Amino acid sequence: MSYRITGNTGEWEIVVGLEVHAQVISQAKLFSGASASYGGEPNTHVSLIDAGFPGMLPVLNQECVAQAVRTGLGLNAQINLFSRFDRKNYFYADLPTGYQISQFAHPIVGEGKVLVDLADGSTREIGVTRLHLEQDAGKSIHDQDPTRSFIDLNRAGVALMEIVSEPDIRSPEEAGAYLRKLRQILRYIDTCDGNMEEGSMRADVNVSVRKPGEEGYRTRCEIKNVNSIRYVMQSIEVEAQRQIEIWEAGGEVDQETRLFDHVRSETRSLRSKEDAHDYRYFPDPDLLPLIIEQSWVDELEAALPELPEAKRDRLEREYGVSRYEASVLTAEQAVADFYETVAKGADARLATNWMLGDFFAALNRTGRSIEDSPVSAEGLRELLSLISDSTINGKIAKEVLEDMVETGESASAIVERKGLRQVTDTGAIESSIRDILAANADKVAEFKSGKDKLFGFFVGQTMKAMKGKGNPALVNETLKKLLSE
Amino acid sequence: MSLDAKTVTRIARLARIGLEPGEVDSLGKDMGSIIDWVEQLNEVDVTDVPPMIGTGLATPRLREDRVTDGNRRDDVLSNAPDREGPFYTVPKVVE
Repeated sequence: MSYRITGNTGEWEIVVGLEVHAQVISQAKLFSGASASYGGEPNTHVSLIDAGFPGMLPVLNQECVAQAVRTGLGLNAQINLFSRFDRKNYFYADLPTGYQISQFAHPIVGEGKVLVDLADGSTREIGVTRLHLEQDAGKSIHDQDPTRSFIDLNRAGVALMEIVSEPDIRSPEEAGAYLRKLRQILRYIDTCDGNMEEGSMRADVNVSVRKPGEEGYRTRCEIKNVNSIRYVMQSIEVEAQRQIEIWEAGGEVDQETRLFDHVRSETRSLRSKEDAHDYRYFPDPDLLPLIIEQSWVDELEAALPELPEAKRDRLEREYGVSRYEASVLTAEQAVADFYETVAKGADARLATNWMLGDFFAALNRTGRSIEDSPVSAEGLRELLSLISDSTINGKIAKEVLEDMVETGESASAIVERKGLRQVTDTGAIESSIRDILAANADKVAEFKSGKDKLFGFFVGQTMKAMKGKGNPALVNETLKKLLSE
Repeated sequence: MSLDAKTVTRIARLARIGLEPGEVDSLGKDMGSIIDWVEQLNEVDVTDVPPMIGTGLATPRLREDRVTDGNRRDDVLSNAPDREGPFYTVPKVVE
């Protein structure tokens, strides 16, 4: 179903393209040997190159190039063996050289695509126009002094990948799904940590509107530096609404850069049109064109980890899980690894149900993540093996899992300590049931006169009397036998 | 050819160079003659000649991904007209 906004003159369609800035995972910066790690005392992760000292020459970091190529491969994109760095000229206090080194005419990665899954079960293909490498800027701090801004260049020169999508996105939901998918791919390949709070992934959102069926695009606005998926989705909605109101009032939307204010839920004009982008790009004379070998690209490709879609399809095949279950299990690589450790050599169906049910619930309850799970994959597998070999039943297993989370003891140790082995001795089960039936003669009479639902009551009473340890199948079977006597 | 006043003013603003009103005309003439001089290159027929970027003889030397620099704040801040503790400072930038 298509997303539409209803205005006074009828329905409108939105057209959105995203430019995502993803910080490359590397030790050193794109063109200098200073540390690229987050934080650090102000102006300590800075070389004279990053600070724009005269005469300093940039030297390209090979690993940053490799990371861009890996990401391009993960996006099913064209890898350009020839690429080039250009200077993008503008003045800002946190840009010491007065230009950003970027790739304009010849990016390292060309067209690719991302498949996104939507809530209604459908899949959409969002085109990727290009991915290029560029430098991050420094950080301005405005709230420390009434008349001055403070500048920290620790981030200046850190490698970014700018990933530009085609204007293929047609709803806030698709924008959110695209960003989540992109982040998942980046995390799988380990080229960007995708941490939007720390700013290692941020998005510029291009929004325009048009009437359904209309050819071509109307003027777009660019919302700069949106730093969460939720805000991206909100900013699209409010910006589209704003533009529709302008068109419907007979006005024209101006092409401009805007800022999203999530507190007031509005976008505001950021730069006056007078200073509209005129970056005067030209090839950086300090850097030779980058030429890479296809054999190197092939090596990088061969070393890529299994990507989310391939992993999802494989889990469906190998473990018989549903498409939905496989999507949840592969949302993060760590979850998928955990699942496979549990499911290998265990009952896969049992493993899936327990991972998605009680185990995730336990993580949520304790506020832990899969990386610092209170129960190891091996520990969970042991618990499941105790169910499979009928040592304990499912109900008792839930109790054991809670105990494991609390004490960190192994499943078998808890079963022994608490005496939770299930009773499979038919004599003991039968005697318990006879006691229950004798104590509830009235209910037995009702059952026999047709009130079938009471069967569950007898099961419940029996399990209670046996402290939950009865083997459910044997209890059912014995009850049926005794009730029909 | 002389660049018109509007273009000169725009280029000056992009370069953050302040011009006195009297300078605009003469700069327009100067810049115009620079362009004229460079435009002589257009007399050469370059059909079928690919753009040359570098000599084609060298490929860039790449650096290893190791931290080899940094922790030199005093050097980095040595030319700052104004500093406050560990920071450069600039006149307040308001968005």
